[in-house]
Amino acid sequence: MSEGIGARVLRKEDKRFLIGKGRYTDDIIEQNQAYAAFVRSPHAHAAVKSIDASAAEAMDGVIAVLNGAQLTGDGIGNIICGWGVTSKDGSPMNMGAWSALATDKVRYVGDAVAIVVADSLATARLAAEMVEVDYDVLPVVVNSVDGLSDGAPQLHENAPGNLVFDWELGNEGPTDAALAGAAFTTEMDIVNNRLSPNAMEPRAAIATFNEADDHYTLYTTSQNPHVARLVLSAFYNVAPEHKLRVIAPDVGGGFGSKIYIYPEEIACLWASMKTNRSVKWTSDRTEAFMTDAHGRDHVTHAKIGFDKDHKIVGLKVDTKANLGAYMSLFSSATPTYLYGTLLSGQYNIENIYCNVKAVYTNTVPVDAYRGAGRPEASYVMERMMETAAREMGVDPAELRRKNFVTEFPHQTPVIMAYDSGDFAANQDQAMEAADYAGFEARRAEAASRGKLRGIGFSNYIEACGIAPSAAVGSLGAGVGLWESAEVRVNPVGTIEVLTGSHSHGQGHETTFTQIVAERFGLPTENIQIVHGDTDKVQFGMGTYGSRSGAVGMSAIVKAMDKVEAKVKKIGAHVLEASEDDIIIEDGAVKVKGTDKQMLWHEVGLAAYTAHNIPEGMEPGLKETSFYDPSNFTFPAGCYICEVEVDPETGTTQIVQFVASDDFGTIINPMIVEGQVHGGIAQGIGQALLEGVVYDDSGQLLSASYMDYAMPRAHDLPNYSVHHQSTTCPGNPLGMKGCGEAGAIGSPPAVINAITDAIGNNDLSMPATPAKVWAAIQAAGAKQAAE
Amino acid sequence: MYETKYHKASSVDEAVSLMGAADDGKLLSGGQTLLPTMKAHLAAPSDLVDVSGIADMNGVGVRGNVISIGAATTHAEVAGNAALQNACAAVTDLAANIGDPAVRHMGTIGGSIANNDPAADYPAALLALGATIKTNARDIAAEDFFVGLFETALEDDEVIVSIGFEAPEKACYAKFPNPASRYAMAGVFVAKTAGGARVAVTGAGDDGVYRQSDMEAALDGNWSAGALTGVSVSADGMLSDMHGDATYRANLVKVMAGRAVAGC
Repeated sequence: MSEGIGARVLRKEDKRFLIGKGRYTDDIIEQNQAYAAFVRSPHAHAAVKSIDASAAEAMDGVIAVLNGAQLTGDGIGNIICGWGVTSKDGSPMNMGAWSALATDKVRYVGDAVAIVVADSLATARLAAEMVEVDYDVLPVVVNSVDGLSDGAPQLHENAPGNLVFDWELGNEGPTDAALAGAAFTTEMDIVNNRLSPNAMEPRAAIATFNEADDHYTLYTTSQNPHVARLVLSAFYNVAPEHKLRVIAPDVGGGFGSKIYIYPEEIACLWASMKTNRSVKWTSDRTEAFMTDAHGRDHVTHAKIGFDKDHKIVGLKVDTKANLGAYMSLFSSATPTYLYGTLLSGQYNIENIYCNVKAVYTNTVPVDAYRGAGRPEASYVMERMMETAAREMGVDPAELRRKNFVTEFPHQTPVIMAYDSGDFAANQDQAMEAADYAGFEARRAEAASRGKLRGIGFSNYIEACGIAPSAAVGSLGAGVGLWESAEVRVNPVGTIEVLTGSHSHGQGHETTFTQIVAERFGLPTENIQIVHGDTDKVQFGMGTYGSRSGAVGMSAIVKAMDKVEAKVKKIGAHVLEASEDDIIIEDGAVKVKGTDKQMLWHEVGLAAYTAHNIPEGMEPGLKETSFYDPSNFTFPAGCYICEVEVDPETGTTQIVQFVASDDFGTIINPMIVEGQVHGGIAQGIGQALLEGVVYDDSGQLLSASYMDYAMPRAHDLPNYSVHHQSTTCPGNPLGMKGCGEAGAIGSPPAVINAITDAIGNNDLSMPATPAKVWAAIQAAGAKQAAE
Repeated sequence: MYETKYHKASSVDEAVSLMGAADDGKLLSGGQTLLPTMKAHLAAPSDLVDVSGIADMNGVGVRGNVISIGAATTHAEVAGNAALQNACAAVTDLAANIGDPAVRHMGTIGGSIANNDPAADYPAALLALGATIKTNARDIAAEDFFVGLFETALEDDEVIVSIGFEAPEKACYAKFPNPASRYAMAGVFVAKTAGGARVAVTGAGDDGVYRQSDMEAALDGNWSAGALTGVSVSADGMLSDMHGDATYRANLVKVMAGRAVAGC
C-alpha cells in the first residue's frame, strides 16, 4: 500500500514545525518560573580558593546563588561515565571526580562553579558576573600528546600522567610478525580533528520541584529521557525514579551531544528544590561551544602491510584519544569498542592490533558525536588504503576489491562478526554513477582551466543497533541496549505506539507509523507515535548510534506480533473460524477464502467491551515488547568524492559526491536520503571546514560562528545518492541503520580526493584553503628539490 | 546586555548634542557590530544615539561622476542603487557581498568605516577611491581617516555624515572570504583614477587597510593583471591567525589583486 514500507511518505511531524507550533524545552513556561545563569570558570585549570556571592545575592530579583559545596553537601553525586573500560594491564579506568558545580578545582574554560537563580534572565546573568571567585591559576594542557608527556600538568590525582586508560584490542605479536614479513608497508600519522556538535537547538532545561508530593519534573533536551531519569536518580541522587518525571519534548538535533546528562540539568533540579521555584536554563550559543561535549580528537599512528599480491597481512594502530577534563557518560566506549572494533573495515584481515590511550586535558569533555568512533576508524582505514594504493602504484578501487570480505558471516579479529553485505556491489554502483572510467578526461579538462582535479574513495563499514545487552555488558556497558515498544489499539481501532526511542529530527513519527500501517493495513493518520516522556512511555533506551530502526522498530514489530496474535484469536472466536484461517489485510480481519470479516475497529471494540471474546482471555488490546538484538547491524557503502582545487588560493570545490549505501530494508527512502544528505554535509564540514581550536592557555578560540566554520549550502555539492542493499539477518525488518553513515563515510573520500588533486598526501582536516595552499607549495618545493 | 539609554536623533546637530550630553555615548547606526558586542557584555555604553533615521545621512547621490553616500545608508541600499551601479559597479558589487542579507539590510557604510574592522570591505574601497569622509566638523581624506586596527581619525562625538568620491575610470573589488565569518581574509580594491592607479588591501594587513604602492606603480604604466606578476608581496606586516598565516595572506593579496584587475 502507498503508505507502507518503502513509501516516500511526507513527514507527519513537519506540520507543527512549519507553522511554528513545535514545542521545545525553551517554549515551556511553568508558573512561578525563575531563570538560572551559571558562573563559569574563565580559566582552563585553577584551584578555587573562595567564592564570594554577597554582591550578587544583594541584587534585586536574585533568589539564590548556590555553589558546589552546598550541592555535594546535599548529597548530590558526581557525574559518572557509564561504560567501564579496562586497561591492558587489567586495571580499571581512572575516572576523576566531576561535580556538577566545581568544589575545589576547575579543569576547563566554562566549568561551572555556581548557579544563580533570579526572577529574570537578565538579572541572573548580571548577578553571575557579580559573583567573585578567587582562583589560583594552574598550568594547562590541551592536547592528548602533551597530556601524556613527562611533566605535564596533572588534572586528576587518581589518573597519574593524565592517563584514563591504556586499552588494547587484537593480537600484537602476530600483527608485528605479519608486518615484519610484509612485501609492502604504509605508515601514516593521522589526526581526527576535534568537532563541536552545533545542534540547531541549544541545550535547555526547566526543572520543577513540587513540595506537595516531593516530586520533580524536568523538561530537557535529551535523546534518551529514561536513561536521564535513571542516572539522575541512581547516581546523582536528585530524586528517586518514581518521584522524577523527565520529558524530552521537541528536540532540535542532538548528534550525540544530547545523550549525556550535563551539570546544568542536575543543578537546575537541585536548585528548584532549594528555591521552591521552577528553574529554567537555556544555553546560549557561546555556552554551547564551551560546554556541549565535543567529538573526535584522535591522534593516530598506523601501519598497514600487504603481501606481494597486495593482500592485507596486518594492521597496527596506535591512538591517543583526548577525553577532555572529565569522563562524559559514554566517553570511554567511543574511542574503544566503537572504534577499534571497526578497524577491519570492509577487508579480510587476519592480524589487527590496536592500542588506545585515553587522556585527560583542560578542555571540555569529549564524547560520542554522529558516528562516534566509527568515523575515526573509517578515516584511519580509508586514508591508509588510498595511500597504500598510491604508494604501490595500484588502482585504489582495485586494491580495495582485492581485499573485500565476500563471505558472511565473517568474524574479524576485532570482535565484530559481520552478518551481511556485498561490498563489491556498492563499489560497482558508485563507480558507475561517478563515471570513474571518465575521470582522467575530466582531470585533463580541469587542468586546461587551471584547476587541479582529484578523486577519492571511501569504502566504509560501521556498526549500528548497539547491540546484544549481554555482549555490551561483558565489554563494560553499564546499561542494557535493548529497546521497548507498546502498541495500544484503542476501542475505536486507532493506534498509539509508545516507543523508548526518541526523535530529535529523525522522523520517527513518520517511519514508525509506516510499519504499523503496513502490518495492519491501516491509514497512517490513524496511528500516533508517543515518545519522550517517562510518565507516558515504559522504560526505553533512547536514540543514538543509528539504533531506532534496527532496535526501536524491531521492538514495535515484536509488540505488533503479540497484537496480531490476540486479534486473530478474537477474530477466530467472533467469526467462528480456525485461527489458522484468519488473515489481517486492508484494515480488516478476514477468514481466508470467505467473505466473512470484522473491520479493524470492530476488533478493537470487541476487545474492550469484552462481551464476546474467547473464554479466559483478558479484555483490552495493548501489547508490550522489550527487544534485545542478537548482533550489531553493519551498514556499509562506497563513497566517491571528486574535487577541483584552485591552486592559487587552495580553495576546494566538491564537484561530485556519489554515495552507494547498504542500509538493508528501507522504510522511507525520502527520509533515508535526508539522513544521508545531512550526514555527508557533516562529514564534508569535518573534512573542509570545522575544527575546535584551544590555545595553549586553554582558551577556546573557536567559540562562535565567526571562527568555527559550519558548512553552508555554497560549500556543498548536489549529492548523488544510491542504494544497493542486502538484508540484515539479525532483525525482523532486515534493517541496518542510516543515521550516521554519511558522517562516517565521507571525510576520507574528501581528503583522498584533495590529496589526489594536489599530489601531496600530507594534509590534515579541516582542509582549509590555507592548509591546502600550503600543501601545494610544499609539494612544489619537494618536486623542485628533486 | 547592560542597561543603556536609547535616543533617536532626528538631525546631525541633535546627534552631536546628545553625544555631548552622554557620559559614555555611542552612535548607533545599523548596530551589526555594536549590538552583538553589547550582548556579549564586551561594550557597555551609557547611551545609544541612533542616527539611522537622520534624513541628511541617508541615500546615494550621483551627479555626473561625483558620488555621495549618506553615512546611514545600508549596504542593501548601496547595492541596489542603479545610478551608482552605472557610475561605479565595483562599490555596488562590494556592498552586495557584505555579510548576509540580514547584515546588508541593517548595516551601514558609516558604521562600517567608523568601526574600521581590519577585515571590513568598505575601507578598501574608500582608500582606493581616494574618498572624502565628511563629518559634522570637517572633511577627512580616506588616507588620514583609517588610522589602525579599529582606530580612525574621528574625535569623540564626531559624526560621519557622508562619504564622497569621484567615479573612477575603472575599478573592481576581489575578496577572499574567511570560511567561517565571510569577512575578508584578503580583499583588494583596485581603481584606475584620474590621479593614477590605486590599490587598497583589507583583511590581510596587521595594521588594517593599506595601499599596496608597488602594485600601484606597476599598474600605472600598464593596467593589466599581467603587470602584477612581477610584484612580490611580503609576508612582513601581514596578519596571522587560526584561519591563515602571513605567508598565505601575502599570497592572497597578490592573487586577489590580479583577479580584481582582470575583473575590471
